[in-house]
Amino acid sequence: MGANVNHLSDTTFDETVAGSSEPVLVDFWAEWCGPCKMIAPILDEMADEHAGKLAIAKVNVDENPDIARRFQVMSIPTLILFKDGEPAKRLVGARGKGQLVSEIEEFLS
Amino acid sequence: MPDNVRQVVIIGSGPAGLTAAVYTARANLSPLVLEGEPSSTSDQPGGQLMLTTEVENYPGFPEGIMGPDLMTRMREQAARFGAELHQLKVAKVDLSSRPFGVWIGDADASEPTYRAEALIIATGAQSLLLNLPRENQLIGHGVSTCATCDGFFFRDQDIAVVGGGDSAIEEATFLTRFARTVTIIHRRDELRASRIMQDRAFNNDKIRFRWNATVTELIGEASLEGVVVTDTKTAETSRLDVTGLFVAIGHKPSTSLFEGQLPMDAVGYLETVPGTAKTVVEGVFACGDVQDSTYRQAITAAGSGCQAALDAERFLEAAHDRAVTTD
Repeated sequence: MGANVNHLSDTTFDETVAGSSEPVLVDFWAEWCGPCKMIAPILDEMADEHAGKLAIAKVNVDENPDIARRFQVMSIPTLILFKDGEPAKRLVGARGKGQLVSEIEEFLS
Repeated sequence: MPDNVRQVVIIGSGPAGLTAAVYTARANLSPLVLEGEPSSTSDQPGGQLMLTTEVENYPGFPEGIMGPDLMTRMREQAARFGAELHQLKVAKVDLSSRPFGVWIGDADASEPTYRAEALIIATGAQSLLLNLPRENQLIGHGVSTCATCDGFFFRDQDIAVVGGGDSAIEEATFLTRFARTVTIIHRRDELRASRIMQDRAFNNDKIRFRWNATVTELIGEASLEGVVVTDTKTAETSRLDVTGLFVAIGHKPSTSLFEGQLPMDAVGYLETVPGTAKTVVEGVFACGDVQDSTYRQAITAAGSGCQAALDAERFLEAAHDRAVTTD
């Protein structure tokens, strides 16, 4: 489970996100955040189901405070969808799978 | 029995719903638990405890236990005895005839997703917001309903908590781990929180109080920069510079699914027959915060979940006996 989810750090973030041919949905999370744990399995499923169309990556905000600060993350989970290396959509707060997929559907073509 | 007809369907997965699941599963009723969907409010699988940190008053955990851990354990306990749990949100119920209809997803579908011989309602309560302009827009940008999720981002900043109950004081105390100061804004001149929580707050150097005050305006465009506080006695307004505002002004019962189908009080709490979990509809039971405006504790929710399970079990036995004698 979660084999398709890439864990990013302050040092690997830029090359991974900017160098990706498909859009990257980045999940800012932490171990102590209950709602983050609830959506983790959903993101694992999405990574498998949309492989080749959407990359899913995670940033642990405890270990990588610089990226969190750079994108002004003040609440987790925050999901930011990057297209061509630039933030294109931001989703704050946990939600169910159906709603999550429909909110990023436009980027999945 | 067609596949989608279940003996017991439980809506909700906080302490009430999961305790009802443990008991009905052990009574071989193969309960189906519709847990709800992930969210960052208390309206989520596991309920309000998913947003808390240390739970110190649940019996059996002398060292305390983290809220999400307690709920994970309750869920595992229910699953161990055969409860079927799904992270699905109920869109509609039809209580007009038995087995009761339960819809997932499309509320307009002609056939319900499931039917239930007995239905246990444990949908709990969800956090109230201030209902101020741009509040929703600023959630995640300074306004928060989840201190455990967001406190970390307010290191060395001045922030505020609105509310005076246990959850407000617990959040304020927790937030002092990160923030420089935490101002508790409360509309009365005394706290409703339990004595031990109050003492902790009064003895905490980082916590200050604004009594008889309400938040009437949120200041800041991209993110929160301050709030306007209005004195409830003098109507005087003043600005408080804070970058974070944590809202903990209480909860309202999650009962919109049952409007027009079950009696509820003026606030929306479901009414049950005193001393039982029975509603006026035979075969429909309610437990936990959805029907409790008085105690609202994890342990009372769990206790009433047990009552609902036993009431449902007896109801199904009696219904079965009636069916056998009329055959």
